[in-house]
Amino acid sequence: MNAVARTGLREGFVSCEACGLLSRPVGAEEPGECPRCGEALEFRRRNAIQRTWALVITAAICYLPANILPVVRTTTLTSEETDTIISGVVRLYASGSWYLALILLIASVMIPLAKLSALAYLLITVQRGAVRNNRERARLYRVMEIIGRWSMVDVFAATFAVGLVRLRPLMSVAPRPGVLFFSAVVVLTIIAAESFDPRLIWDSSHGKQETND
Amino acid sequence: MASLSTEVVACPDCDLLQRIPALSPGEAACCPRCGRKLATCNPGSLERTTALAVAAAIAFLVTNMEPLMGLSLAGREASTTIAGGVWQMWEQGEKITALLIALFAVIAPALQIGFLLAILLSVRRPPAPRWVGTLLRWVQIAGSWSMVEVMMLGILVSLVKIAAIARVVPGIGIFAAGGLILLLAAMSSSFDPREAWSRVRWVNGEGPRRTLPSFGSDAAEAGR
Repeated sequence: MNAVARTGLREGFVSCEACGLLSRPVGAEEPGECPRCGEALEFRRRNAIQRTWALVITAAICYLPANILPVVRTTTLTSEETDTIISGVVRLYASGSWYLALILLIASVMIPLAKLSALAYLLITVQRGAVRNNRERARLYRVMEIIGRWSMVDVFAATFAVGLVRLRPLMSVAPRPGVLFFSAVVVLTIIAAESFDPRLIWDSSHGKQETND
Repeated sequence: MASLSTEVVACPDCDLLQRIPALSPGEAACCPRCGRKLATCNPGSLERTTALAVAAAIAFLVTNMEPLMGLSLAGREASTTIAGGVWQMWEQGEKITALLIALFAVIAPALQIGFLLAILLSVRRPPAPRWVGTLLRWVQIAGSWSMVEVMMLGILVSLVKIAAIARVVPGIGIFAAGGLILLLAAMSSSFDPREAWSRVRWVNGEGPRRTLPSFGSDAAEAGR
């Protein structure tokens, strides 16, 4: 790899985010529109860092009620139980389905946390102009984009329990407010990952020697 | 397509300028700097994807019309579809969550399949009209919010939970959903958006031009 990489930004080319066409805009200030698909062109996603921080912080705030508030309430003739995400995992583990408990623990508790920390790490390293571990950081971003959606598992599980178990007064399941905060965390982290611009990871290495070995 | 083999692109993930090398079937070009997959060579991609999209549309209809699972407890029975779950969520006050579930499990997959079918049928005779470009953008967005596979895991989790207290019977819908997941995955991976984009009429009315300089030094890495 040559010391200074020839990127679109350096050479004055912009790649369309919709169709991938590379074009040379007339002015660098206003890149205009893609000649093929008409999408507005941008060298980098606008305000990517501020926007991603805002979404990450909002998601982190929602993460607390998402885990503290109950997500479902199960009512039977003799009992009434409310479950949070964690107590649902514990209940599954106690009933012997440790593999499902593990899946839920990873999907509902660990993935959102990992995603928030990964985004914060990427944002901080980009803001500090880090030039190390670019390839690893790029891979971290890609993995995060793929696994994020799996946190939605618990909300789907709650929805189908609510839809199916409605044999009042024998047994019924009702949603509780935790579900809303939990879906908010998932949706916000997905949008946060999309508003981050992975090209920023590489921009700092311009003009410096690549120290990516 | 031969005209694509000399295309110069900037990697969407790291902005490195590079030339897409000529690929033989089954090969993919990856960015040498960040490893992002940039292009695949997938002959017959559009035909195969059309077949898979039609199959996915059928599986989608069955998934949404048939009960996913049934339940019996002390002589009483209940069953639910995806829409039934969404409706109960809405009825019991969790309206935003109900809308999100409807979006992720029904609307996004429906749009993903519908848009893709419209794209595939209209690019059969290039140049395709400009609205195909708009659909190509939307199909990507719909795909990123379509979560049938996550829904399936959610259903399995709730099945196991409920099975501890009542008898649970899997419905036809759940098998169709299993098929739908496989078909959606096959459909997305066989679809080559670059091929489709190359057949769409340009907004500026001029069509493809090759005025970009050649980048002999940085070529994407070809490999399987």
